[in-house]
Amino acid sequence: MNAENKVMDLSEAIRRFVHDGDHISIGGFTITRNPMALTYEIIRQGKKHLHIYVHSHGQAFDLLIGAGCADAIELSYGGTARFSPGGGIRFKKAIEGGKIHFEDYTNFQMTLRFLGGAMGLPFMPIRSLLGTDVVKKWGFDAEFRESNPKIPEKKMFAVNNPFTRDGRDEKIVLVPAINPDVTLIHAQQADSQGTVRIKGLTYTDVEQAKAAKYLIVSCEELLETGAIRENPDQNQIPFFMVDAIVIVPYGAHPTACYGYYDYDPFHLNLYREMAFDDGTFRRYLDEYVLGVKSHDGYLEKVGKDRLSQIKADPKVGYRPRLDRR
Amino acid sequence: MPQYSFREMMVLVAAREIRDGDIVFCGTGISMAAAMAAKHISAPHSIIFFETGGIDSQLLELPLSVGDPRVMFGTSINAGLAEAFGILQNPFTAPRVVGIFGAAQIDRYGNLNTTCIGNYWRPKVRFPGCGGACDAASYAGRTIIFMKQEKRKFVEGVDYVSTPGWIPGPGGREEAGLPEGGPTMVITDMGVMRFDDESKQMYLSHTYPGIRPQQVQEEMDIEIDLSRAVEEKPPTVEELFLLRERIDPQGLII
Repeated sequence: MNAENKVMDLSEAIRRFVHDGDHISIGGFTITRNPMALTYEIIRQGKKHLHIYVHSHGQAFDLLIGAGCADAIELSYGGTARFSPGGGIRFKKAIEGGKIHFEDYTNFQMTLRFLGGAMGLPFMPIRSLLGTDVVKKWGFDAEFRESNPKIPEKKMFAVNNPFTRDGRDEKIVLVPAINPDVTLIHAQQADSQGTVRIKGLTYTDVEQAKAAKYLIVSCEELLETGAIRENPDQNQIPFFMVDAIVIVPYGAHPTACYGYYDYDPFHLNLYREMAFDDGTFRRYLDEYVLGVKSHDGYLEKVGKDRLSQIKADPKVGYRPRLDRR
Repeated sequence: MPQYSFREMMVLVAAREIRDGDIVFCGTGISMAAAMAAKHISAPHSIIFFETGGIDSQLLELPLSVGDPRVMFGTSINAGLAEAFGILQNPFTAPRVVGIFGAAQIDRYGNLNTTCIGNYWRPKVRFPGCGGACDAASYAGRTIIFMKQEKRKFVEGVDYVSTPGWIPGPGGREEAGLPEGGPTMVITDMGVMRFDDESKQMYLSHTYPGIRPQQVQEEMDIEIDLSRAVEEKPPTVEELFLLRERIDPQGLII
């Protein structure tokens, strides 16, 4: 994919690049820049048997698990802080109910795994987590690992540093790289060719983006190619690694998008209340995801007033004095 | 004497432990309030550092997560996780880092569980997971841990070691292959525990005004040394004003 126009609508992007059984990675961090519009569309299209990779994730992965789109998850942290006390609500239920395969890593490990994948390496070394159960206890059993050719046979592996002088022991952990079938991220800006600009913290989005075979980027705003190239030092993802650009204002709602809008405490609290019970969670999905045709329909349900209440102050990038209780 | 809550006390005790010039690695929740308090009270030149890549954030408002847009304002650098954790693992910066985070379970050596209660594969209760705390506790020069003082949270062996403390005691970190560092204090809603220099075991170092050492022991499933406990200094009016008016006026965390 080179410099042609990659702009397409939500439904086409998901139809073309996300398939049942795919291994997908999702960008964003807890309550910020989750690619929600893309996630809702995956649920609407009824994708199944997905294998999900995230580091610290909040809303998108919880919905995918709750909606029954995912068979397995590899992660380091699942939750939206005080909006899901004790952890992501549907994620917790799935694990406690034995309904999903899962594997725990640390944030740095997941990040290095994506970085390894982005650079074409089979693994990356890391010094943390020695002496912990993250090394000792493996979530996926041998049978599951064997049945799934896209995942390695081992969760991780400790070796001795081969470069010490005098043969001194120095342990280092190797973690396997990840090359997902598809990565989904939500950015502030992009152009039609696919050059992407993330404002504020990039988290691990850039590494996740580059590690994937296919990359779908939703964005708040489309810039002209000339305009995005006026400040190339603010851009992170080269256009030829991008497969689809989807323009979706408020595409991360109810999570935040720095410079555009804050997270929506009202909606996150509503989700918390509804997600606890299977019946009300189903009602949430029916009302906000399955019962609407597009992200515009979702935003109408959320309401213009709510969206204007969370609109960011351009000076600080969030909504000062927002009632976040 | 002013009225205050033990939760306010926890934030202030942590703030007093942060030294001017420390690089403060902050977890989500009460840790962020403590880092903000330190900046205003005892350590104006400390650096608030987030695993998400926010480096020296100027927190005008209390963030609710380390990924909150509020951590991106007025930073020295807005980076990402690879850069932030790389700085933490860096042998020249790691000793300057103090990590602050909470957990669901702790043992006498300060090993933490933030993953699950019960069998890992089919747990009774699943928690969010280890996040970046395991990485930070592996590298940081010192770590401060927030706990709720409850019997089921202070246990002989945690159900899952998400984050390393002193592992099995003296020499444990070295044997496991971890860099120097380790937990220095545990702050609860009743008092403060520290770790013995020799045995690396937890002992009671402070109780809050009005709390007796035996009361703390009653809220623990492990027996610890109470003989060194002294009373912690209560908050001042100025400190409380700062917490209530400046740091958390909506009562989101404290």
